[in-house]
Amino acid sequence: MSTITAPTKDVPSKKGNLVEMNWDPITRIVGSLGIFTKIDFENRHVVECHSTSSIFRGYSIFMKGKDPRDAHFITSRICGICGDNHATCATYAQNMAFGIKPPPIAEWIVNLGEAAEYMFDHNIFQDNLVGVDFCEQMVKETNPKVWAKAQSTPAPHSNLHGFKNISDIMTALNPFTGSFYREALVMSRMTREMFCLMEGRHVHPSTLYPGGVGTVPTVQLFTDYLVRLMKYVEFMKKVVPLHDDLFDFFYQALPGYEEVGRRRVLLACWGSFNDPDHCDYTYKNMTNWGRNMFVTPGIVVDGKLVTTDLVDINLNIRILLGSSYYDEWKNSQTFVKTDPLGNPVDKNHPWNQTTIPRPQKRDFGGKYTWVMSPRWFDKRTGDHLAMDTGGGPIARLWATALAGLVDIGYIKATGSSVKMYLPKTTSLPEVEFEWKIPKWSNAIERDRARTYFQVYAACAALHFMEKALAELHAGHTKTWTEFKVPEEAIGCGFHEAVRGVLSHHVVIKEGKIANYHPYPPTPWNANPRDVYGTPGPYEDAVQNTPIFEENGPDKFKGIDIMRAVRSFDPCLPCGVHMYLGNGKVLETHHSPMFGLQP
Amino acid sequence: MAAETVPYGRVTQKPSPVAEVHILWITAGLGCDGDSVSVTAATQPSIEDVLLGAIPGLPKVHLHNPVLAYENGDEFMKFWYMAEKGQLDPFVLVVEGSIPNEKIKKEGYWAGLGTDSKTGQPITTNEWIDRLAPKALAVVACGTCATYGGIHAMEGNPTGAMGLADYLGWDWKSKAGLPIVNVPGCPVQPDNFMETVLYLLYQVAGLAPMIPLDDQLRPTWLFGRTVHEGCDRAGYYEQGDFAEVYGSPKCIVKLGCWGPVVNCNVPKRGWMAGIGGCPNVGGICIGCTMPGFPDKFMPFMDEPPGAKVSGAAVGAYGRAIRALRSITQSTVNKEPKWRHRRAELTTGYHARTY
Repeated sequence: MSTITAPTKDVPSKKGNLVEMNWDPITRIVGSLGIFTKIDFENRHVVECHSTSSIFRGYSIFMKGKDPRDAHFITSRICGICGDNHATCATYAQNMAFGIKPPPIAEWIVNLGEAAEYMFDHNIFQDNLVGVDFCEQMVKETNPKVWAKAQSTPAPHSNLHGFKNISDIMTALNPFTGSFYREALVMSRMTREMFCLMEGRHVHPSTLYPGGVGTVPTVQLFTDYLVRLMKYVEFMKKVVPLHDDLFDFFYQALPGYEEVGRRRVLLACWGSFNDPDHCDYTYKNMTNWGRNMFVTPGIVVDGKLVTTDLVDINLNIRILLGSSYYDEWKNSQTFVKTDPLGNPVDKNHPWNQTTIPRPQKRDFGGKYTWVMSPRWFDKRTGDHLAMDTGGGPIARLWATALAGLVDIGYIKATGSSVKMYLPKTTSLPEVEFEWKIPKWSNAIERDRARTYFQVYAACAALHFMEKALAELHAGHTKTWTEFKVPEEAIGCGFHEAVRGVLSHHVVIKEGKIANYHPYPPTPWNANPRDVYGTPGPYEDAVQNTPIFEENGPDKFKGIDIMRAVRSFDPCLPCGVHMYLGNGKVLETHHSPMFGLQP
Repeated sequence: MAAETVPYGRVTQKPSPVAEVHILWITAGLGCDGDSVSVTAATQPSIEDVLLGAIPGLPKVHLHNPVLAYENGDEFMKFWYMAEKGQLDPFVLVVEGSIPNEKIKKEGYWAGLGTDSKTGQPITTNEWIDRLAPKALAVVACGTCATYGGIHAMEGNPTGAMGLADYLGWDWKSKAGLPIVNVPGCPVQPDNFMETVLYLLYQVAGLAPMIPLDDQLRPTWLFGRTVHEGCDRAGYYEQGDFAEVYGSPKCIVKLGCWGPVVNCNVPKRGWMAGIGGCPNVGGICIGCTMPGFPDKFMPFMDEPPGAKVSGAAVGAYGRAIRALRSITQSTVNKEPKWRHRRAELTTGYHARTY
């Protein structure tokens, strides 16, 4: 048996009618996503789920033959909310391929830019997109009893965030009319200003280059960033208790809510924020500089840290087909037989992938999406693990906490938690927050981790600010290292896009791009059943979701499914659909999808 | 509030002759949703200014954009079907993303939105444009993918992608007589787009004449000048003083900046709240607003061919000017000689009383 994703579950004992329920498109995400489900309303469970993406663009195809220096400009355009993560990751791969290291101040500028991106993106997604699933209007329409309870439940931290009852938080999250919704939107602009100070433009940066940045480091640049950062720090001192109150309430109001979106703990993090004191961009030193990143790379399986070694992580990435609209590439060119350390590189590794699109009709029994199925090969067991990113933060915090490597004053990874310290701000004293490893990898904990990672990013930025200013004050203002594009080279970049793992793999031949494969988080999360029949994480997480919504099939909004899917922070400029069918009743038997045993 | 209920005959809220307008926004071209995300950064006006009625004289605006919508799935798609049947009138259609060529393959789809209830297959983006464009009051292409094809229409692309005007025809006119309105940019500059929407809403309300567009269908007030004309580093260019490394505050035309020939206001306007931009903050202009983007600007980090000639021409003149200015500058950097603490007045004033 090669692949397992589902946690052991009790199969509902009663037979129920399966109703087909689909949502296409899923809104309030970036990109096109459809989710097609079969629901057992009698036993209140989702029995089967297919996730599909309806857009193909072909980056890996049209990048062939282009100048390798153009890679970061082009790949930024993959994503309209975290394009800068792509541009950054591409420059990491370029730096490795070109054999260069940017000056330290350039690295701090990039880190400050990327920290601002996390602060912005988690904020707008959490409170303007996900937040709507928890707003008054939505809760009233899906769970009137929960709304009634929220009106009589005082918010435990009302002294910190100012909302008296849980229902007041929900009202504040109503789209556009809610006060906190609007405050968050305004804050998302200020953090984007911080981003633009460092990287020029949001979302496709103008000032990133292989070898460094074009940003001119000045006293003004860092002052303008810092004053905004401190306003964000003050904002987060209210946002963390607000979200804790809201999320804890759901566990309390709906016992069993921890099962919504729950799946086996299979979390992947590729690490974020390089440390110029360690990172030289060479492959042979990658294990060491990877472990010195300010967010630790790691593979977490069933709560255990399997590795923090980027070389190990890299070599065991596999791209599988099975339900995607592509032909296999086993007869195509093998670009990289061994890595620079002499380790063999698999034919299904991104360095050796050839993308061959074959558009066809959508068939849920066969091929149904443009997303491929990335897996991580666990050599201990021979499993192709369907790792997920949990939308980014939960995997980053989990891996960082277990590894216990990060200790920078503002942040300390303890082995079981991550402690974060925020300094005094205009109206609030200093605060310590602690993210503790949760019991579950589920919708609520993915969402909660997002809020805590906003704090993490702010703490990291405070550290980067000190480092950058030290360089500036020492007169080290050179921001770019010259280079020549080699005739033949390979490179890889590892980063954390806002919503999770991001890798770029490049092969250069005759001074041009011969192969280029970016792997953003959403292919890891939104992929279909692979060649072994293992469902992708959305499919798997939704298939295990109980239904708490009070509406029957006729008025069903699928809110629990939406919360499960959105907890992954879907970003599919490629596509997925959830489709609300006409309540068609299917065969009345249980799907054998539950209870796959390891 | 209706005018007659306001005391003293005040008229603070002039009702729009068109009470309500819907904005149907398709993000399902080949794109990254970066234009929708960008528009959430706008403040002049902001999206909430327009939706919550904070701009006087506008009709009530209902926005249907998948990135921001409350509704999901079929509840969201309902507005698309209503528009198709003529039940959502008037509406403005916004298209984001390049238009793929669905005719070049035997089956399947490159880009779709929603599912056809009869076939169970996705409804292609192109099909939606065919259904909705004839019914729309105005059609706006948002971002360079939708305006001219952009990144996904690069040489060697597998989908045959193009811009909206390539698809509908450059002479296409809406039922209200408006040409396609192109607001390019990769992504679109936030305020550029919202300002264009605001103009169109004024036009719908009868408060503005026909939107002025150039021959590439761009609003003239936004795209009538070049990057260079609005760049605060153009002074370095005039003095023949060019950056040789990234990170220098000087003119970066020799490092790949295409600003002198690109129609765009970003260095002048900044990216948001006047902050950021491209060459003004050290990022080469890669021509992302242009119909020729990206192919005609690649490789991006090489000096544009034209810049070699103009850069050389400006060299001798610029050096001479710079030398003369440095003499004058050192003069004006010195205070006049009559400012001193000696016990005498040398300002030229002849004191008679002390």
